[in-house]
Amino acid sequence: MTLRSKFTGAVSGIALSCVAVAAQAETLFWSTQAKPVEEAQAMREQVLSGFADGVDYQPNDGGPWITRLNAELQAGSGSIGVLGALHGDYSAMDPATLVDLSDLGAMSSSDTFNNLAKLGTDQMQYIPWMQASYIMAANKEALQYLPEGADIDALSYDQLIAWAANVQEATGEAKFGFPAGPDGLKHRFFQGYLYPSYTNGVVRTFASDEAVVAWEKFAELWSHTNPASTNFSFMQEQLLSGDAWIVFDHTSRLAGAFNERPDDFVAFPAPAGPSGRGFMPVLAGVAIPSTAPDMDAAKALVSYMLKPETQIATLRATSFFPVVDVELPDDLPPSVQAAGAAVAKMSGAADANPGLLPAGLGDKGGDFNRVFVDTFERIILGGQDIRMVLDDQKGTLAGIMEETGAPCWAPDAPSDGACPVE
Amino acid sequence: MLLNARILPYVLILPVTLFLCLFFIYPFVLVSQQAFGSSEGGWSLDNFREVVDYWKFPISLKNTLLLAAAVVPIQLALALLMATMVSKMEKGRDMVLYIWTIPLGISDLAAGIIWLAIFEQSGFLNSMLNGMGVIDKPVNFLTYQNPWIVFVAIALAEIWRATAIMLVILVAGIGLIPKEYYEAADVFGASKWKQFTRITFPMLRPSLQTALVLRVILAFEIFAVVAALGGTLFPVLMGETYAYQFDLLNSGAAAAMALIILAISIGFTLIILRILRVPKGASI
Amino acid sequence: MTDATAVGMSADTRKSGRYLYIASVAFLCAWVIVPIYFLLINTLSSPEAVNSFPKSFVPEFDFSSLQFFAGFEGMLTALKNSVIVALMTMVMSIIIGAPAGYALSRFEFPGKGLFRLLILLTRAFPLPLLALPLAVMFIQTGLDDTAFGLALVHTTLAIPFAVLITFSLFSGIPIELEEAAWTLGCTRLTAFTKVVLPLILPGITASAIFAFVISWNEVFAAAVLTIENRTLTAFLLQNLDTSPLHLKFAGGFILVVPALIFIFAVRKYLFAMWGIANR
Repeated sequence: MTLRSKFTGAVSGIALSCVAVAAQAETLFWSTQAKPVEEAQAMREQVLSGFADGVDYQPNDGGPWITRLNAELQAGSGSIGVLGALHGDYSAMDPATLVDLSDLGAMSSSDTFNNLAKLGTDQMQYIPWMQASYIMAANKEALQYLPEGADIDALSYDQLIAWAANVQEATGEAKFGFPAGPDGLKHRFFQGYLYPSYTNGVVRTFASDEAVVAWEKFAELWSHTNPASTNFSFMQEQLLSGDAWIVFDHTSRLAGAFNERPDDFVAFPAPAGPSGRGFMPVLAGVAIPSTAPDMDAAKALVSYMLKPETQIATLRATSFFPVVDVELPDDLPPSVQAAGAAVAKMSGAADANPGLLPAGLGDKGGDFNRVFVDTFERIILGGQDIRMVLDDQKGTLAGIMEETGAPCWAPDAPSDGACPVE
Repeated sequence: MLLNARILPYVLILPVTLFLCLFFIYPFVLVSQQAFGSSEGGWSLDNFREVVDYWKFPISLKNTLLLAAAVVPIQLALALLMATMVSKMEKGRDMVLYIWTIPLGISDLAAGIIWLAIFEQSGFLNSMLNGMGVIDKPVNFLTYQNPWIVFVAIALAEIWRATAIMLVILVAGIGLIPKEYYEAADVFGASKWKQFTRITFPMLRPSLQTALVLRVILAFEIFAVVAALGGTLFPVLMGETYAYQFDLLNSGAAAAMALIILAISIGFTLIILRILRVPKGASI
Repeated sequence: MTDATAVGMSADTRKSGRYLYIASVAFLCAWVIVPIYFLLINTLSSPEAVNSFPKSFVPEFDFSSLQFFAGFEGMLTALKNSVIVALMTMVMSIIIGAPAGYALSRFEFPGKGLFRLLILLTRAFPLPLLALPLAVMFIQTGLDDTAFGLALVHTTLAIPFAVLITFSLFSGIPIELEEAAWTLGCTRLTAFTKVVLPLILPGITASAIFAFVISWNEVFAAAVLTIENRTLTAFLLQNLDTSPLHLKFAGGFILVVPALIFIFAVRKYLFAMWGIANR
């Protein structure tokens, strides 16, 4: 070995050890949100770069996320400093594994959200971090087929069906798009939109006569829906490719379309049914696992995430809206402007019927979703009788509610114990 | 020298055994305990009952078996054909073999992305048909009205992706067959087909056995390609297992599903080993 | 086909058979390459072109998607980690696996059936379910977040291939060959290294390729067991399915290329051994 190569070796060795030390001091932010590569990159460069002590932002699929977290909790030590996940992810966890954040000093300006974040305990299990919702979006070419007299900002389900039918007649293709793919959020449509709009409930009214009507209407809408919808999970893709012209999805799963071709698409509120315009929020939170290696740094990072500037930077990066009171700037990305306006119209509508997130289901949240997905697959894809399927699935739903003892949440009427399926 | 022939095999398999005990058997036992556990504690078959009673179980079982039954024989035939074709090649053998083994390097997730780009409504297949004037507007292939097209698409993608595994094993096996056998066969005027059935096939039996067993086991674990192309239309056992583990957070049920897949895999493995028994020292 | 017709095969059918042969080789090559070519087209297309219909069959050489990844922090480190883990997996699976393959092919011993079953079981049980106990064990022993730790798990996945492939190839080499060497004064070991090993090299290369590729493409364990030392696959692929189409393709392409280069690099050892094998 020559002197020179020895020297370079030594230098790179020192450099490596420096890097290792620097990496140690970073707080690991383990998240299920902002996963798409562009969003993750924006989180790192625009949101977290302002945090003095350095953050290692690692977004993951739900599977690795929960596996790694559980492993650290079981082993009793870990490297994860801060968690970022949805309300539903936290409610499935054992409250003892999350650090009490009640006295952190930072919290959402919404009491509803703060209460949800207690997960049925009297402590803040996570801090609300950002919010979103589900809306409708359409290709502007579809606007010409709107049924007569229909206002796109105040559509009814019947008008939506007529619209989708018009488009199909004119183009020869079914161009309503629905995220029924494996990763699609179809269950949220049933829980937060279809059921509240037709039955003014979710659990109590699961197998009611109104629910039968709701499924009949949905079947009608499905007949004008792109049959490849069972492959669709991110409706921005089908908007951009033109495979679907009118779609329903999570605001951040539509963002790509608006940011790429802002002039081609419009966003608008979800339709209304006999019992109002049902819609539901998406709530993500930040939390600290009991095994966090540096508790102070983790708490500092959680507080940092709630700062108004961080919240606006997060909005730009992920299309998720702030949960604290902030003045929104004018130069927001097109997706944020479009989604923000549509959500505002939806919640401000005279017939608005806002729902809450399922609460108290614990680790049965997945089973609860499966009830709705199975009902959909059996009625719509399997062509089974609606009444029969509802009566059959009703038992499963009632079992989940009894086992968890979860009380009713809006729009269901409040219950004394476990929410009954009537 | 032959004295240690009694101990030698155990010495040789010791490293693997130790390694697998630590990194496979230990976690495997922990997971299996969950499968046979129940909420009240103690042993029970509750988890198995739960997963088998679920309405999608028979469908996903049928789909998985059907897919394996359709894909594996085609892959075997194709891999055998390719391997014999290469063995006769004088020029460009390196290049052709390299091209044929390319899919080895492609993960199932990536393969799913690629084949979805071909079959989706605004995909390459529609573009091609459109360009040739066969259709005037894109056809929707992957829909619930066309379960057979979905099936064929998944099967094609799997054949494309995973034939190379068998090919490499078979090519390495064919390389071991002494050339003299063929030269002798030529002298006696045996046809190419006869050479294949009388020399190649029997001599290749150990490799065939390995290739088939590995391929069949992997076929029961198929998931990513199916999810990409079949969406929710084509449930398979492995997809249901992951749903229990990660969507429903029900590890006991997921472990039960995994053990069912394991049992099926073992069953088919034993059948293959029996059919393709290697005369000396390889029976199970 | 009977022998008579085979012998009497006219030059004409021989020729058309030759064409059929070349055509089928070409077709099979195309069957493999064309889908990869589509991936290339979409990688080298602008986002608009990726979403357009009908699709162009010639890439427009727009490098914006690739540039996005080039600007991605940590790509090179992740690439380095991937290569290190894959190479370790390769070496370990062969060193540990090949002796067992030899034992299976040469000896009859009690417990052999059980041993083979153990090997196969390893492959037939889904890793994501085993990841939790493994991760707990790794965190407790300090193997967590190291390339070596991940390579151990990947080796577990690759070992069945290593054992079974080497087994089937050792079985293809007549024991008489070794016995002849013993009578000529070789010990069991020298007979093995001088006579058997050269013959088996293609098979070793085949299992090496499998080990490398298995490790390269494995996402789940990599995502759970590495944090600072991410592999490229864990770094890119786990978030790929939620990413916009054009980045999905570019990311997929970036993952495929190193694996192809590796196979290209070792193909010589795999296939050029033909001359030796065909003694």
